[in-house]
Amino acid sequence: MSPDKIFVALFSLAGVAFTYWFFLMRKEQEVSAISDSIDITVEGGYNPEVISIPFGKITKINFIRKDPSNCLEEVVLSDFKIRKYLPLNQKVTLELTPQKKGEFKFSCGMNMFHGKIIVK
Amino acid sequence: MAEIKQTFPIKGMHCASCVRVIEKSLSRTPGIKEANVNLATEKATVIYEDTECSPNQIASAVSNVGYAALVEQTKVDEGAERGEKEKSLKVLRSKVAVSLVLGGLILWGSFPGLMNTAPSFLKIPWVQLLLAIPVQFWAGLEFYQATIPALKHRLANMDTLVALGTTVAFGFSAFITFFPQIVQSIGLEPMPYFDVSTIVIGLILLGRYFEAKAKMGTSEAIKKLIGLQAKTARVLRGKGKGESVKEMDIPINEVVIGDIIRVRPGEKIPVDGIIIEGKSSVDESMITGESIPVDKTKGDSVVGATMNKSGTFIYKAKKVGSDTMLAQIIKLVQEAQGSKAPIQRIADTISSYFVPIVIMLAFATFGIWYVLGGTNAFLFALLNTVAVLIIACPCAMGLATPTAIMVGTGKGAENGILIKDAESLEIAHRLNTIIFDKTGTLTNGKPEVTDIVRVRGKGESVKEILGLVASLEKGSEHSLAEAIVKKGEEERVNIEKVEGFKAIAGQGVEGGVNGRKVYFGNTRLMENKKIDLTHVRSGLARLEGEGKTVMILATSSRHSEHSEESHIIGLIAVADTVKETAKAGVEALQKLGIEVVMITGDNQATANAIASKLGIKRVLAEVLPDQKEVEVRKIQAEGRKVAMVGDGINDAPALAAADIGIAMGTGTDVAIEAADITLINRDLKSVASAIELSKKTMRTIKLNLFWAFGYNIILIPVAMGILYPVWGILLNPIFASVAMASSSISVVSNSLLLKRTKL
Repeated sequence: MSPDKIFVALFSLAGVAFTYWFFLMRKEQEVSAISDSIDITVEGGYNPEVISIPFGKITKINFIRKDPSNCLEEVVLSDFKIRKYLPLNQKVTLELTPQKKGEFKFSCGMNMFHGKIIVK
Repeated sequence: MAEIKQTFPIKGMHCASCVRVIEKSLSRTPGIKEANVNLATEKATVIYEDTECSPNQIASAVSNVGYAALVEQTKVDEGAERGEKEKSLKVLRSKVAVSLVLGGLILWGSFPGLMNTAPSFLKIPWVQLLLAIPVQFWAGLEFYQATIPALKHRLANMDTLVALGTTVAFGFSAFITFFPQIVQSIGLEPMPYFDVSTIVIGLILLGRYFEAKAKMGTSEAIKKLIGLQAKTARVLRGKGKGESVKEMDIPINEVVIGDIIRVRPGEKIPVDGIIIEGKSSVDESMITGESIPVDKTKGDSVVGATMNKSGTFIYKAKKVGSDTMLAQIIKLVQEAQGSKAPIQRIADTISSYFVPIVIMLAFATFGIWYVLGGTNAFLFALLNTVAVLIIACPCAMGLATPTAIMVGTGKGAENGILIKDAESLEIAHRLNTIIFDKTGTLTNGKPEVTDIVRVRGKGESVKEILGLVASLEKGSEHSLAEAIVKKGEEERVNIEKVEGFKAIAGQGVEGGVNGRKVYFGNTRLMENKKIDLTHVRSGLARLEGEGKTVMILATSSRHSEHSEESHIIGLIAVADTVKETAKAGVEALQKLGIEVVMITGDNQATANAIASKLGIKRVLAEVLPDQKEVEVRKIQAEGRKVAMVGDGINDAPALAAADIGIAMGTGTDVAIEAADITLINRDLKSVASAIELSKKTMRTIKLNLFWAFGYNIILIPVAMGILYPVWGILLNPIFASVAMASSSISVVSNSLLLKRTKL
């Protein structure tokens, strides 16, 4: 095998490994709601993407979409039966009073970006 | 944190001191920065921090001091959402047009075969670069805008793949344009691929445009429901004591409970309430799906958003704002559309790994083609890598389930079938047993006189028999007496004065009418009074066999006080009547191959009589109310998927125990909370329609998922070049973009087909 082929073969193997590490081995950072309100910026995903909220208390989750991608124009909290349109650069507040402890996922309307609500 | 300024009406203000009281209470509320109350307009304007204060807190601050604030809860209305979507569609349309026109020109100047007919300047790489730049960085800007922040969070989506694919094609072409000699020196023809980058962007944006338009159609049901709301109400309000009542039109959100409202012919009824004067017929089809108008008179309830047809009436508002039936229906449908069907879980898991896997496959494709590709290996490697990135369509997987659920639940709501969540919609298609509660569900729940039998060939007529009984029962409080008196009123019989009325517990009643003694009751009464029953026994048995409660009427000859001298002159049978739609409802279910079971507290004979009328073979009789739940579980233990149909109030535990609880709707909170499916049209045929809807929705979801998965599973390997060694087939990235755009459009369109379903 010629040196360029060896180089390209190694390059694509490294690319596969890098992609795996970059996207699939990332760690989620959990952020707790300090007051009864928490802001989530919607830009290339949800930031913070893992939030922790108290059980049985009303917590306001404020979504602010800064990303024009139509993938993120809706947020779906299916465990709380909420599907909400997020207008660009406007704050949309959802009031949650969790009645169950555990982890509840939320996602964009097309199920591409994900976040998690941990009820403690 | 954001500051919000909101103006809302205040009810109950009379003077300047009211203004000060409300302002004081509002300004003491945490989060409120400024509060101004205007007596003339009866409105308050408040500036508050939305993180510290909510509309609810504002309303309670006002109500704490004895007034009512009509604060609107929603900040983002549907109109704004639609406006924003339409604006972005317009921008998208111009981007599609520019990309396809510029891309078309580049294609003309570079595509083998076509390029011979093109003007020579279009063949110049520099000109193609100039034409490709606006497409890549203006029309395609949104792909970068989505990709860059996502990569910052180590996330990727559909846009990442398009951005990567088109950047590779554009970047390589730009390199060739700038340094053709370098490309030539490594043995490659310096041919740019700007046509790929531009046409791919144009086609993907075109797909996105159609997809967005179709998606707007999936949430139409909610918009239709919101549009049903009346805008104003004509209320009759008095200014104060001794002042005359004033009639005025006010916005719907200012109507409060207890308001007296006038509705004229052809007007929409603004909120829920009870008629206090006048009568009319009301078209309730928009809420119940029932097309025949319903007659309404004093004491009847009316539902907001329904249409008054002929008469004028005045009614009292009982439910306003978010408590009205329409608001509840909207809330329920919105919640159902936000819920997730269990079948979606597979798609969820796969889509969370999908994009990184496609990027890994793209790297692998490049490596394999470069190493094994022979001559022109680099070009093969490059084009196939771009094709893999472009053809992958995670969107179709993401859209497969929710779009069908949205259309399905919306379709149900249009027909008076409210489905609580996607899970209920999914389970409903597997149901094979439906248990109906008898009283109030299959039957009207109110006894009615069904038979009046003359026993002797001559003597009293049927009307006279009814007159005697109605006169006697007028003083009775028994539930059967109500049915007899009602029948008497309907038949306009003469009600005579009764002397010496006596109710004999568990047997019947006796009294004197027109000077003769009258006995009315069951066989025990007759036996105690020593009245001969022989010649009525067969008639009694026949009526009782039909599940009816039979009472016997006996009279003495005039002036006789000896009961044994009395003789029987008639029989009156009373029974709960079967609802009009019950038989058709049961038949529709049986046609679907579903077993129908009836459950009731009645005795076996009565239950069997009703069941045989409806064609129900399995009857659970003499079941106490608290045992219904146990019976439901017993049938479930036989391995059946069970739905329980009831009124949602008395049989809530049984509804909850069943796999699906179906409430014959009253629109009350209790019924909607307890049930998975609420039939607000009260039509028993809708039980079968709900199951039919569930089956069709599930079929659509499965087809969508099959298409979305199948598409990716088959076409990604084709784009990688798996067919090339045998058949020499490779996928041009332009065709890959056509396939990708059409895959998500086809999924959404397939969901929209559900709208055509006839229920």
